[in-house]
Amino acid sequence: MNIDPLHYDVLIVGAGGAGLRAALAAAEEGARVAVLSKSLLGKAHTVMAEGGIAAALGNLDPYDSFDTHFYDTMKAGHFLNNYRMVSLYTQEAPDRVLELETWGAVFDRTEDGRIMQRPFGAHSFRRLAHVGDSTGKELIRTLEYKILATKRVDVYPEVITTRLFLDDNGRAAGAFCYQRDDGRFLIFSAHAVIMASGGWGRVYKVSSNSWESTGDGAAISFRAGAELMDMEMVQFHPTGMVWPPGVRGILVTEGVRGEGGLLFNSQNERFMLRYDPERKELSARDVVSRSIFREVQAGRGTPHGGAWLDISHKGPAYIKRKLPTMYEQFLKLADLDITRERFEVAPTTHYTMGGLRVEAETGATNIEGLYACGETAAGLHGGNRLGGNSLGDLLVFGRRAGLAAAAYAARRPGTSSLSYSSIEEERRRVLAPFAIESGENPYLIHAQLQQLMSTYAGIMRSGTSLTDGLGHLERLSERANRMSADGGLHFNPGWGLVFDVQNMLTLARAILTGARERRESRGAHWRTDYPDEDPEEGRRNIVQTLGPDGRIKVRDEPVPEMPPDLRRLFDDPVSPGVKRQREEASRARGSEGA
Amino acid sequence: MTEDGFRGREVPIWIFRGDGLSGEERQYMVELSPGMVVLDAVLYVQQHEAPDLAVRWNCKAAHCGSCGAEVNGRPRLLCKTRMDDYMRRNEAVHVGPMKTFPVIRDLVPDIRKNYEIARRIPPFTPAHPAPFQLWPEDVERLKEFRRCIECFLCQDVCHVLRDHHRLDHYMGPRFMLKLAELDMHPLDTRDRTPYVRREGGVDWCNVTRCCSDVCPEAIAITENAIIPLKERVADRYFDPIRDFWRGRSRRPAPEPPEK
Amino acid sequence: MHDSLSHPSLSHQEPPHQTKAATERYFWIEPVLVGAALALFVLYSLWEVFFQVHGRYHNYLSPYFSPDLGRWLKIPVFPALWVAWVPLLFRASCYYYRREYYRAWFGSPPACAVPDRRTRYTGETRPPMVWTYFHRFFFYLSTVVVVFLWVDALHGFDFGGRFGIGLGSLLLLVDAALLSLYTFSCHAFRHLAGGNLNCYRCKPRRPRARYHLWRVISRLNQHHGLYAWISMFWVWGTAVYVRLLILGLIRDPRLLR
Ligand SMILES: Cc1cc2nc3c(=O)[nH]c(=O)nc-3n(C[C@H](O)[C@H](O)[C@H](O)COP(=O)(O)OP(=O)(O)OC[C@H]3O[C@@H](n4cnc5c(N)ncnc54)[C@H](O)[C@@H]3O)c2cc1C
Ligand code: SF4
Ligand code: SF4
Ligand code: FES
Ligand code: FES
Repeated sequence: MNIDPLHYDVLIVGAGGAGLRAALAAAEEGARVAVLSKSLLGKAHTVMAEGGIAAALGNLDPYDSFDTHFYDTMKAGHFLNNYRMVSLYTQEAPDRVLELETWGAVFDRTEDGRIMQRPFGAHSFRRLAHVGDSTGKELIRTLEYKILATKRVDVYPEVITTRLFLDDNGRAAGAFCYQRDDGRFLIFSAHAVIMASGGWGRVYKVSSNSWESTGDGAAISFRAGAELMDMEMVQFHPTGMVWPPGVRGILVTEGVRGEGGLLFNSQNERFMLRYDPERKELSARDVVSRSIFREVQAGRGTPHGGAWLDISHKGPAYIKRKLPTMYEQFLKLADLDITRERFEVAPTTHYTMGGLRVEAETGATNIEGLYACGETAAGLHGGNRLGGNSLGDLLVFGRRAGLAAAAYAARRPGTSSLSYSSIEEERRRVLAPFAIESGENPYLIHAQLQQLMSTYAGIMRSGTSLTDGLGHLERLSERANRMSADGGLHFNPGWGLVFDVQNMLTLARAILTGARERRESRGAHWRTDYPDEDPEEGRRNIVQTLGPDGRIKVRDEPVPEMPPDLRRLFDDPVSPGVKRQREEASRARGSEGA
Repeated sequence: MTEDGFRGREVPIWIFRGDGLSGEERQYMVELSPGMVVLDAVLYVQQHEAPDLAVRWNCKAAHCGSCGAEVNGRPRLLCKTRMDDYMRRNEAVHVGPMKTFPVIRDLVPDIRKNYEIARRIPPFTPAHPAPFQLWPEDVERLKEFRRCIECFLCQDVCHVLRDHHRLDHYMGPRFMLKLAELDMHPLDTRDRTPYVRREGGVDWCNVTRCCSDVCPEAIAITENAIIPLKERVADRYFDPIRDFWRGRSRRPAPEPPEK
Repeated sequence: MHDSLSHPSLSHQEPPHQTKAATERYFWIEPVLVGAALALFVLYSLWEVFFQVHGRYHNYLSPYFSPDLGRWLKIPVFPALWVAWVPLLFRASCYYYRREYYRAWFGSPPACAVPDRRTRYTGETRPPMVWTYFHRFFFYLSTVVVVFLWVDALHGFDFGGRFGIGLGSLLLLVDAALLSLYTFSCHAFRHLAGGNLNCYRCKPRRPRARYHLWRVISRLNQHHGLYAWISMFWVWGTAVYVRLLILGLIRDPRLLR
């Protein structure tokens, strides 16, 4: 077998926004970079993002500022966030957005020729730089063409990582991969590895995520000794499509509500007025999701178990201009004209706030030479992600991880050594599914895992449901050990799914464990047996590691303490920008009166 | 909705199985569900009968452009093609890979060549870094071009590539779109017209408009990108009157072709 | 077992033929109809140009003979030829007609995703097809012709110094209108109107009028194909009508005298 490794300075697992941005940063530093991806270039999950990129550019609302954005993000995250990440993010996001523009992104414009920004749930101001309702596409296309024009970056599409190699000193040294089209094995050796492999929304049954979102990077790193954090925090987006069954879970962008869409229950009541009279439909995602869930539980759901969303009052011209993709999507897939009819929506698994625990400035994990960024990393979003903060996250922390990894790679001497035995061991593991006669069908195991997670660790959880879930998962994992594959090595999805499911089982265990550990309701984590926030619980992040015996070890990590000047921002019930705006307004009124 | 008439019925679907060397259509049975798209049917087969059936997909919502294939000989996105459309017309459903590209396996084509072309195109080169002042009027046109999801169905259907295999001479509609987008960007400083003609090979297109017909994003590739590019070529190479009128000097000197 | 990792390398063969569904089998209907219509039109035009010496019936002038250059210049042979080449070549180099005749006559391709009938294909890379790049000059000339068409259409209401309306007057008026629509929805004009600019607003000196003009032309241009067809049939019909009048086979009903 050919095991000549391919050598790079920086190996990036993932070609979503985070991976591509990291690659550009690393290449800029002079590193030779390889980018791996499960699908083709430009197809990563990021392409599906719709709403926009949150950055306090203040193009429409001059009172917006990074401290206001900081305030909104921390508040939405229920203070589980790493404030240093939030602070870096909110300060750097505007530059990252403008940089995209320099590279050719064409954002929607204001009348005076600047980047247009739209309102979004729980943002104080109009803040999301956007391109209609396909911002993720714009982002990834821009980065894609930038990457294509960058020397020193090699893209390996459809090359899938199954294992992270460490060297004798416990430093990240390379990865084992298989190439999807011909089933060939590729071994990479690198001085630094960046995990940018996205989230694991596919763990759940109803999900807005693509097949790629199986959390490979997180699971692989976890197995290699990296720490996972905040795994209990899974965001359920309030508005997923409900009907017909084939499209269940596909996202209806928050932009619909941003542009004025209203939610009704089956009794035609605008129920959000009841749950959050202040922000109504544009409340934080956890709040809206729970509200819809509660309405359905109370028997006020729509025919297929959701709520009505109505944007038709905005008129066809406006809707087609502002939400063209949504209009098309419903017309084509659901035979429904959203310019004239309301439509059903229900919560759908959308984003995983948890992930690899990283250092704020660099994205470094606890394994030397291993970095993480994007959805794979934890810390920025805390207990709930604010819409639009993910795309910005990819850019800000993608770049930071890229820079740090390149710098580290430059410091690290020689080539990284890979042990032959671990390569051989992995090769055997990867080929094993073919040897199992009449084993389990990975598609079935996957479906059962999704069912399990939706039942026991869905939007609503309790101590008993989580314990039961862990029990069931144990049994499912045992059966999963016998997953088998048919056919050959050439582009064989069934075979690939075996490893995806293994990764998802690992992460599912971490979700259940983390959720059982957090005895309170906070952000996206809603426990019926602990329905309220507990300030004590809010002071810790739950960190998990995998012991050599395959058991998960849980430990507490105190949430980083904000310095007093930032802390003080939260003494006010409103964000700093809104406060300034109100003060200014009252001063103006005062001077008018005088 | 036409849901329930078709619900639960078992229908056959023919799917190409094989690789670049050999293969055949095989029949599978799928259970119809309301609103089912062909991709659902293919994934159904994958789950129930043929776990190794190769197909590319990501978003299932016509956003990513992964699932391009041919249904009954027409290039289409599998995730956007409804089964009931065929059922209603009493048509059998035949699914095969895009014909213009070599087949890797089953429904998966090898489209690497497209990325090689993408790599050759000189990148966007603004006069100065952002922030830009760009007005809605000026980006309107670019927006349409940037809707492209890179499904390459247009490359598949274009007869210059499909029947005449001229990818070496003509970059194909997707990249005409890209070139138009770059050329029409108000802040791009490159003079791209010679490139469009020489490397791009715009003369190979005979404006028969099949690319626009199949584009799932309904981009008017021919009308809004290729023909305007041809007009720009005409400006440069076929308009002595215009040259006389304006004087060559007002044009930036043509750049040497990219290496 | 899958021990060997050597695979047959990817070949660049096409997948085997796929079965076509019923609707796909009728793709040829459109090109056949289009091809026949275009061919008949060309034949009729040639007949008008080469076999007819004049196109005037009192105050009506057949569109083939407008403007009546041959008579003004006292050129005795083929009077229509001195003008008719303009609209004919205008249409022959029109982007829309190109699409139609490439499909219908040359089968390149006959319909989308249907194999090209020609094995040697050069697109528009060499003469004569590369000359289609001169389309804009035919556009310039056609605008002149259109002006004369309007003049002649107005003449159509002038019955010996008195205003009147005959069926012919109306046909000629609509003819001028349709030909204007066709001419001014031309892609070359769209380009000249504003498509050649990259920026409509960044230089304040630039009149925004160009932008609006371009928008209007773009709007019209979307229906260019439709205008191409109706104007063609209308010209044809009008020419036949005038010809029949000249031949004395029919009489012009007067609607207003
Ligand atoms: C429908 C939808 C709408 C959204 N809208 C918004 C929005 O409006 N604003 C916002 O801020 N956020 C939005 N999000 C969230 C945001 O899009 C994602 O969180 C973000 O794109 C994640 O990017 P990423 O780069 O971390 O990972 P991804 O884009 O998921 O990319 C992961 C990459 O890793 C690769 N990969 C994974 N595993 C492996 C492996 N084993 N080997 C090799 N490669 C691997 C994949 O192929 C892929 O290229 C939305 C999400 C969805 C689903
Ligand atoms: S119009 Fe041109 S690019 Fe489009 S399919 Fe026809 S020949 Fe190809
Ligand atoms: S132009 Fe249209 S058909 Fe061509 S790749 Fe883009 S989206 Fe697909
Ligand atoms: S799966 Fe994304 S376009 Fe069809
Ligand atoms: S007349 Fe048809 S394009 Fe000019």
